[in-house]
Amino acid sequence: MGSTISTEILWEWLESVPDPEIPVLSVVDLGIIRDVEIVDDDSNSHVVITVSPTYSGCPATEVIAGDITSELKRRDIDKVEIKTRIAPPWTTDWITEKGRDKLRRYGIAPPEHLSPGSTPDCPNCNSENTERLSQFGSTPCKALYRCRECLEPFDYFKCL
Amino acid sequence: MELDKKLNQPLAEYLKHLGDNTLILAQRLSEWCGHGPVLEEDLAITNVALDLIGQTRLWLGLAADIDDTGGDADSLAYQRDVLDFRNALLVELPNGDFATTAARQFLFDHWQLLALAELSRSSLQPLADIAAKSHKEVRYHTDRSDQWVRILGDGTPVSRERFETALNALWSYTGELFEVKQGDQALIDAGIITDMSLLHRQWRDDITSVLDQASLATPPDEYMQRGGRDGMHSEHLGYLLAEMQFLQRAYPGAEW
Repeated sequence: MGSTISTEILWEWLESVPDPEIPVLSVVDLGIIRDVEIVDDDSNSHVVITVSPTYSGCPATEVIAGDITSELKRRDIDKVEIKTRIAPPWTTDWITEKGRDKLRRYGIAPPEHLSPGSTPDCPNCNSENTERLSQFGSTPCKALYRCRECLEPFDYFKCL
Repeated sequence: MELDKKLNQPLAEYLKHLGDNTLILAQRLSEWCGHGPVLEEDLAITNVALDLIGQTRLWLGLAADIDDTGGDADSLAYQRDVLDFRNALLVELPNGDFATTAARQFLFDHWQLLALAELSRSSLQPLADIAAKSHKEVRYHTDRSDQWVRILGDGTPVSRERFETALNALWSYTGELFEVKQGDQALIDAGIITDMSLLHRQWRDDITSVLDQASLATPPDEYMQRGGRDGMHSEHLGYLLAEMQFLQRAYPGAEW
């Protein structure tokens, strides 16, 4: 491994690894990369990426580990170790501001700490007049809503 | 924390209880896949099942580490016989109608919510971490279950009657969740697990406050079924395992 590799560069490269279920977000935007480390030891230099799973049963977890490994391999980093860390548990608060914007533009309402009875704004027309269709959606992290103004159904990224 | 070797066996048993509860219930819920009363419910039930399977991997993974017999979460799930399962009888009961599934989930979610909040303060860090992670997911499950109690209880005379019948039929399976087994005491003394019997009253109050909202009565505590944690299961579990374990039994070690 060249001495030019820094953790900053690794973070940058990870920005090009998409979340398999919401490909508009990178794994960095999603806030699941908790640590990036270069272990520089003559006999066994390698990179350690620590990942926190979103939902404990999320089937994307293994795909993400594979995608990170192959992205780094593409950049000539052959030895990658993926560590899983469950504490502190992942929270939607770790989704970056940039990630929240990307979600909105993609048509998914980003997670909000909603007061009881209130609903997320429509990501298409920004109306507050929305209703919940289903508490669960197409993936473990989403719920299904509909806008009463523009009548579009939309996904809401559940707050966890 | 350095674990006293004497605690290994009771701790592994306890972790199997937690992991088997989530595993068997997840398997039951998965049976609804493609059969939900509406598409949204089909998604919801299977999503809850998915969360529970994720939690199972963590619980049984830790159980296998503590057991230290070279197994892992998969071998515990797919290669144990029925007598070695430690789940409560409640979760292995057949799904019945939608009201029965909803009532079982409501009773179980509230138990899990209380138990996980306590276990997240365990002196054993890996156990506390799994409990804290699971607790966040279960909060969401509980909201959904409470909503169904209100919808079915306040719905039509038929939905109300079905829900009441289910609740009364399942009630005798709830006592077992609060049992303290012989092996548990040393774990309680070491601050690793909670004395579940102390949560029984709180659980009953929580259940009652939701049932009240739909003016449903809390069933009286009478005879309680038990035996799941000793491996004395109903006939239903064997059939469930026969389906769940088929592939690994027929093709041991198969992967894809």
